[in-house]
Amino acid sequence: MKKKQLKVDPIKTGTVIDHITAGKALQVAEILNISNSESEIMVGINLYSKKMGKKDIIKIEDRELSEEEAGSIALISPTATLIIIENYKVVRKFFIDVPEKIKHHIICPNPNCITNIESVPTLFFLAGKNPVEVRCSYCEKKYFIDDVKFSF
Amino acid sequence: MKNLISMRDISKEDILKLIDSANKIETGKVKVDMSGKLAALLFFEPSTRTHFSFETAVKKLGGNTFSMSGTSSTSVKKGETLADTLMTISMYVDIIIIRHIIEGAARFASETVNIPVINAGDGTNQHPTQAMLDLYSIQKTQGSLNNLTVGMVGDLRLGRTVHSLAQALSDFNPTFYFASPRHLQMPAYIKDDLKAKNIKFTELEDIKDVMHTLDIMYVTRIQKERFAVLEDYEKVKDSYIITKKLLEGVKKNFKVLHPLPRVNEITKDVDDTEYAYYFQQARNGVFMRQAIITELLNLEKH
Ligand SMILES: [Zn+2]
Repeated sequence: MKKKQLKVDPIKTGTVIDHITAGKALQVAEILNISNSESEIMVGINLYSKKMGKKDIIKIEDRELSEEEAGSIALISPTATLIIIENYKVVRKFFIDVPEKIKHHIICPNPNCITNIESVPTLFFLAGKNPVEVRCSYCEKKYFIDDVKFSF
Repeated sequence: MKNLISMRDISKEDILKLIDSANKIETGKVKVDMSGKLAALLFFEPSTRTHFSFETAVKKLGGNTFSMSGTSSTSVKKGETLADTLMTISMYVDIIIIRHIIEGAARFASETVNIPVINAGDGTNQHPTQAMLDLYSIQKTQGSLNNLTVGMVGDLRLGRTVHSLAQALSDFNPTFYFASPRHLQMPAYIKDDLKAKNIKFTELEDIKDVMHTLDIMYVTRIQKERFAVLEDYEKVKDSYIITKKLLEGVKKNFKVLHPLPRVNEITKDVDDTEYAYYFQQARNGVFMRQAIITELLNLEKH
């Protein structure tokens, strides 16, 4: 069982983002800006999962995620779980809640929205959970999370 | 209340309080003194009626206004940011009333300056003072906002006044009939909000069959330009024109509302019936805007 789950090497200390919706790992990776990261990172896509059929997984050596980063991950994949590893041992394992408020990171798709005209950070509110929907606090338009672009 | 930006920010209590205040101002039960205070009317998107209504409201309170209309005025064309324009103007005045084609401009304004801001319309988004004057008109004609049957007729897809009004009334257990051509129906996000609140609504293509059940009919204009094929417009246009004949057999308390200006969607012969209320509705707008300014500036009442 354990063998089957961990097709890639376990990490010593760091964070595992498990149960990412299959196909979403690269988007999550983008949020975490891992292409500019010094950490050792492993990304698994379409791995077998008993619970989900298929899942993605990301393992990051020597990095703890901020609450904000975790929240953003939940937006993209509400099923994701975070596992904190120290000395090869799981010290904490938890679901991530989709945040009620998302500052900065979502680009409003509405070209007539003030956030695309004046320099003002965007602010979105959670407007639906399954699937995740967000509402721009400025133009008040509502979007499915799959229809918005992120900037990190 | 510090600003009036969106009906989403306003509670049921706020609505009732503003209606009560508008009523006291209209009936002369309170006198408000705005003398010595200045309101900036910043109409980046021109709108003569809304502009006049606000200007009248400020002047009837004893205050003064200065106005800007259109994007060509002042510094806008010099490429100054909206933030800088607003910040500068806020140094001179006590309250900013802003209308802008850009959605979210009023909320942005309220976050930029340290004085109260009223949204006089931001693109297709919100026009809260219109929603408030509509509510005031409904309250005045029906004696209550509760448990009313309200028909909305015309272009329900793009008409922001019907969106705001539907949302605002949803705290008062209404029954809605939405009558529009199929491609101009109430947008899904409004219907989602109503469903979430268990509000009863029915979508129709013709209002005729339910006329006798209505307390209020809110009419908006269907623009020819919204139709890709002119024939389609010709086919439906008459179903959305309100005539005196259509009003036969309506309830005694029934009233027709319209945000104005109208073109041909309500025929002249309706004007002389006891059901026409759109001109009084415009008049109510002044009292409601007086009440809103009074509340936001915390003006002294006597
Ligand atoms: Zn927006």
